[in-house]
Amino acid sequence: MVLGKGASSSLSMKMADGAEDMVNNNNFTVLVVDDDPLIRKLHDMHLKNFGLRAQVVENGKKAVDLCHVGANFNLILMDREMPVMNGAEATKELRAMGVNSLIVGVTSCGSPNEKQAFMEAGLDYCFEKPLTPDKITFLLQELNKNN
Amino acid sequence: MERNPMRRQLAVMRQSLFDQGYLDEQFVQLEELQDDANPNFVEEVVTLYYRDSARLILNVEQALERKPFDFNKLDGYMHQFKGSSSSIGAKKVKAESTLFREYCKSGNGEGCMRTFQQLKKEYATLRKKLEAYFQVPIIFQFFSLSTLLNMCF
Repeated sequence: MVLGKGASSSLSMKMADGAEDMVNNNNFTVLVVDDDPLIRKLHDMHLKNFGLRAQVVENGKKAVDLCHVGANFNLILMDREMPVMNGAEATKELRAMGVNSLIVGVTSCGSPNEKQAFMEAGLDYCFEKPLTPDKITFLLQELNKNN
Repeated sequence: MERNPMRRQLAVMRQSLFDQGYLDEQFVQLEELQDDANPNFVEEVVTLYYRDSARLILNVEQALERKPFDFNKLDGYMHQFKGSSSSIGAKKVKAESTLFREYCKSGNGEGCMRTFQQLKKEYATLRKKLEAYFQVPIIFQFFSLSTLLNMCF
């Protein structure tokens, strides 16, 4: 069932607060890029709670490869430090490929310089790990705005 | 009022983990993610943490046996370890990791070694407390329990 932006207001059935949000979120796809399986599991669960489907990969190269073969994501959650290809390099490559997804850095505390460099790679936002419900709510609002 | 004495005991145990500073708000976030569809989520996450971080502890242990210390490498391992520890709300463990990283940045080998001993103690203590709370042993898939205990004491 695909619903456009205005469709929810024309539904005659009453929906619980959270459920109405979930209806709008059903079409957003998310990619979680992190080398820590704990973080991948956590973020996946957080996103599930908001009705979001997430794909998870463990380094920047896999994220780039996925997008290269045509996978499309509304939101990419990018860790900074990863083996093979780190978050900043991956973000630069994705932007160079023309990827317009919302790319959000999710990092452990780095120095302001490191954070700045990460943002300059092409991030839309940068948050501290781990993700929390209010950060996700904020990102969903951004996604809804852009769509 | 909690009728079930077992549940009341668990609630008391849980509260003391927070009061004594072993766990912080992040653990509550984990609990909030647990639901009927994922009834063992917190336990799974904690098990995953102890499984994966054991490797990092071992890496640090081995790196501290090689002189001179490679502070960059040590800091790198601890950066990862700190990230995981803070994700499960392991407050004291996280504090020791932060201290360790500061010693790495200032090139203080003595400080690193001292802090690492303390970190391992906190790490082991938390595991025991969480095992008591979950009432199941936290299974290490890649390291035998005795190996890990030998590392800690």
